[in-house]
Amino acid sequence: MSSATKFKRTSMIGLGMAIALLLISMIVNSLPLPNNSIWKVLFGVSTLNFTLRATIPLALGAMAGILCERTGIINIGIEGMMLAGAFAGFVVKVQTNDWPLMASLLAGVFAAVAAGALMGYIHALFSIKFKMDQIISGTFLILLALGLTSYLFNPDWVAEGKFSPIAIPGLSKIPVVGDVFFNNPPITYTALILVVLLHIGLFHTKWGLRSRAAGEHPRAADTLGVDVNFYRYLNTTLGGMVAGLAGGFLVLEAVGQFQEGMTAGRGFISLAAMIFGNWMPFGALGAATLFGYTQGVQNALLLAGVVNIPRHFISMLPYVVTIIAVAGLVGRVRPPAAEGKVYETEGSSE
Amino acid sequence: MTQRTPVLEVKHITKRFPGVVANDDVNLALYEGEILALLGENGAGKSTLMNIIYGLYKPTEGEIYVKGKKVEMHSPRDAIALGIGMVHQHFQLVPVMTVAENIMLGAESVKRGLLDVKKVAREIQELSHRYHLDVDPYAMVEDLPVGVQQRVEIIKALYREAEILILDEPTAVLTPQEIEGLFAIMKRLQEQGKSIIFISHKLKEVLYISDRIVVLRDGRVVGETTPAEATQERLAAMMVGREVILTVDKKPARPGKVVLQVEHLKAHSDLGEPALRGVSFQVREGEILGVAGVQGNGQTELVEVITGLRRAEGGKVFINGEDMTNARPRIITQKGQSSHVPEDRHAYGMVASYPVADNLVLNTYNLPPFAKGISINRPAILEHAERLIDRFDVRTPSPLTPAGSLSGGNQQKMVVAREFSRPIKLLIAAQPTRGIDVGSIEFIHKQIVAKRDEGVAVLLVSAELDEIMALSDRIAVMYKGEILDIVPREEATRESIGLLMMGVKRDERVDEIAF
Amino acid sequence: MHPSSTRRLLRSLLIPILAVFTALVIGAIIMKLAGDDPIAAYKGLFQGAFGSKRGWATTIRKWSPLLLTGLSVAVAFQAGLFNIGASGQFIMGTIFSVWAGINFPEMPIYIHLPLALGLGILGGMLWGAIPGILKVTTGAHEVITTIMLNYVAALFAGWTVYAGGSQGQKPGPLWDPTAKAISRTPPVVESARIPFIFGPPYRVHWGVVLALLAILLMAWLINKTTIGFELRTVGRNFKAAKYAGIRVGWTVILAMMLAGALAGMAGAIETLGVNFKFAPEFSGSVGFEGITVALLGQTNPFGVGLAAFFLASLAAGGAKMQFDSGVSTDIIQVINALMLAFVAAPAIVRWLYRIRKPAEEEEGVPKISWGGG
Repeated sequence: MSSATKFKRTSMIGLGMAIALLLISMIVNSLPLPNNSIWKVLFGVSTLNFTLRATIPLALGAMAGILCERTGIINIGIEGMMLAGAFAGFVVKVQTNDWPLMASLLAGVFAAVAAGALMGYIHALFSIKFKMDQIISGTFLILLALGLTSYLFNPDWVAEGKFSPIAIPGLSKIPVVGDVFFNNPPITYTALILVVLLHIGLFHTKWGLRSRAAGEHPRAADTLGVDVNFYRYLNTTLGGMVAGLAGGFLVLEAVGQFQEGMTAGRGFISLAAMIFGNWMPFGALGAATLFGYTQGVQNALLLAGVVNIPRHFISMLPYVVTIIAVAGLVGRVRPPAAEGKVYETEGSSE
Repeated sequence: MTQRTPVLEVKHITKRFPGVVANDDVNLALYEGEILALLGENGAGKSTLMNIIYGLYKPTEGEIYVKGKKVEMHSPRDAIALGIGMVHQHFQLVPVMTVAENIMLGAESVKRGLLDVKKVAREIQELSHRYHLDVDPYAMVEDLPVGVQQRVEIIKALYREAEILILDEPTAVLTPQEIEGLFAIMKRLQEQGKSIIFISHKLKEVLYISDRIVVLRDGRVVGETTPAEATQERLAAMMVGREVILTVDKKPARPGKVVLQVEHLKAHSDLGEPALRGVSFQVREGEILGVAGVQGNGQTELVEVITGLRRAEGGKVFINGEDMTNARPRIITQKGQSSHVPEDRHAYGMVASYPVADNLVLNTYNLPPFAKGISINRPAILEHAERLIDRFDVRTPSPLTPAGSLSGGNQQKMVVAREFSRPIKLLIAAQPTRGIDVGSIEFIHKQIVAKRDEGVAVLLVSAELDEIMALSDRIAVMYKGEILDIVPREEATRESIGLLMMGVKRDERVDEIAF
Repeated sequence: MHPSSTRRLLRSLLIPILAVFTALVIGAIIMKLAGDDPIAAYKGLFQGAFGSKRGWATTIRKWSPLLLTGLSVAVAFQAGLFNIGASGQFIMGTIFSVWAGINFPEMPIYIHLPLALGLGILGGMLWGAIPGILKVTTGAHEVITTIMLNYVAALFAGWTVYAGGSQGQKPGPLWDPTAKAISRTPPVVESARIPFIFGPPYRVHWGVVLALLAILLMAWLINKTTIGFELRTVGRNFKAAKYAGIRVGWTVILAMMLAGALAGMAGAIETLGVNFKFAPEFSGSVGFEGITVALLGQTNPFGVGLAAFFLASLAAGGAKMQFDSGVSTDIIQVINALMLAFVAAPAIVRWLYRIRKPAEEEEGVPKISWGGG
């Protein structure tokens, strides 16, 4: 068996588990169980709704990671890009509170994506032009975002309104699946569509072929006239935009307000999802769902009032599961070969 | 003939890197339909010149003409557009992509926004038919043998309709028989009107295949000749600038007792596939066992398992009679009294950012006089360094210079100094002269023979058949993770070893002749 | 001192100094854009840190946690590891030491204090060992595991002092019942407190001296011992380390344990010398500041000491800056981030100030590996 197929198969573990989760839930919801039964808590529709809501920022973060890393730029700064996006979206939403709600929210989304793009571009500039260690550059972005958003944040600001669900006619009537997938606010749909687009883009377009070549073997790409650093700048900026959208999701669709440090490690969990999904969009979506589920269950457990376990331990769940997932992958994933390496034409080999 | 306009001409090309002049006022012309050999030893500036022609490097000075027209090259894209194709010494293929993806990269066929893989595959099949370059467009490159990967590289150039082909050391990774195959392809390309620059440092090949030979030394063109006029000795003298001894003087071996004994050794490659499938041999005191074989047939894994860098999945390794299977590298070097000159000196043999002095104690830093308990004795390390630098002629500004800033030859001499200066019973040398200058090669060869004469058992692994032939007392040939045969040096010929490298055993050969 | 080594020293100081300067200038621009007065802010900052005896005392008091977490990040760096987990290790050090500190009221100080300190170090060391062990046995990258462990440590510490819930949730084991609904521990008993060098109002304690001794210990360990040679070799070329007979896996775990121990020691000293109790809000951002300190100090223990002193002065002056000029102390975090960027990418500083690259290759900080390695 070729190692490539082996790696491809591993990436589907997460997706398989996510589909299994949906199937279990469909069965559980068709059974006449009391609402407080542990099955309902673990697999009820509301748990799945929580799961999806927790999954979206993780999936977007993972897509951002894939965009950057597939072209060879390590991005641990997703957390910072998300936070910057969230803050920018929030500020613009507050400033446009008197606009019609939809226009104001869209302006917020635009700002979130633009802030992410700026962060992504800075990361590319530092990594490529100034040859900064990419992990440190990512750390810098996180610290900068934490510092700047705290410094500029005004607790008196209030954003009025957030995106509300749009039911897809027909599809939203399907039991369980319809409730979970086809009655969501717009960024959720956008995120799911992005996963599909990214998969097609990476593996079936010119852009994807060149991007992957830049991440696997930049010199090979260069010897064929592909401008490696152009693709690295482009994709890191695009990745920043997607991460910014994740931040926009938190403020404009999930919470409705900004809180200091509100990303709470989601950027890092996204990275774990990216690794768990073996740098494949669908694999990462599956892994993000898995991590999202731990948060969904956490919420469901807290709401159901499971009193025996202190909430602290329930809240640890997503972090512990992330560690276990990353640790359980020895030798089963393969990152892009040229990741983290600066590409220079002259004198880089021989 | 010289009246024709060359398809490619470079004039007064000079290329300076910080501290080095790689090309110094080079003039070169390539005519349509000829095979021009560019001969020179490692570091003579051949690859630099080709990278300039291919647009990868910018020349410091000088001009390039294609079909009589002056051209400016900013990137390989310009070279490709001018019909120049290059097969690089280190293949420029993305291992996790298919042949078709590799070939179309940068020149993609697109249908309705998506890659048109079918069309590219069809075109590849046409090309492989026309030039007898058999490849499967849908195969994953990492699964292909080296020889096939080279064909993919050639198709890559032809797919872009290259008229001028640069082949940079294309024979380095091939068996003698595969080399013949490549030469047949080159002849065919020539018949179809392609012009070829063939880069090599192997005299026989150059004399065999080329129409014209240009010799490069220290970045300068030092001569031009044709195979009809040249002899091996003259070419060698031109290449090196003095008469070279092509053979190593050595007395007959006087083997003593067994030092290294390997029994049914099995191991996996990095990808988890079997790399050693039951290897057995012995090396005795005072003899050199050369391991020949095309790269990637398990030699790397063999050395790594013996030296404790890779796990043995089966079988045994005995050093001086003691079971050292899966022992830690430190036990093997210190208790087993062995030395290891690693194949990849940058990855394993040295820490580039460390001073030369620290590199010279890389595996003895914990022993007296360099350390007392856990405390390190800097003066002793420095004094040791000065002694070895002198004895092994390591050219370095000071013992405190970072090893990474030395030339390849001096880095290797540093490694050799460290490994040869300890009292040892076993020496394992993997590709000890790869990529270094002739002076250093001669020096290292002499040192290896000297060790043998002291009674050290030497295991020499090399992809250079000439090196194996020159140094070994017995020759083992590896093929697909097995040792096909071990032949005494006196009975070995280049041809017989070459056939073994292709996986053809002696008894099977008889049948072949009968056909 | 040899002239060339003086020059080398000056050159090694050049980039950090320019990085600090540039960060302060950009910080000023940001303040200006946000409508604040940067001159007043910096004046307040300076006066707060050095304008009075009390300011000096605060700077010195804030020195030790920054210094120790900086050393923690630096020692991991030497082994090629990126320890973003100093804050989690700090918290575990705090929890372990506070447990010893609030118990055993009858113990004499010469047993109790070392015990509490030692347990704090142990707590950090164990917490640091986890990502090391995970990396060696499973290949999990320490950047992700240490971050996740920070959250786990913060939640765990939160639970230990949890005051209990209205739905009958049990309070945590270290909670102080006299604090009623407030989640915190009882005060550390007298015999486990670090004595003051200068008592109130200055409250400069002997823990600072311990932290300074840690610099000497680390400088010796890294540069003058076989252990340091092994750490550095693993960090610069782990394949060569393997070849050299070094037990790479063990060295990685050891480096993370050392890093954890240093961060844990920082937590213990803060608990036993400054706070005398633990409450969830004490954790702060000290782990991230450690990264800036380590890089600003070029991962050299003495450099780390200097860098930590500088960051401590910023932290100490913050309160007066906010009071005098109305600029939020959050700007300091921005300045810290900018310093990190400029010191980690000397190319930016060289480009800004048109400085030529030194001809000989500097030994520099090892690269952090990701994924494959």
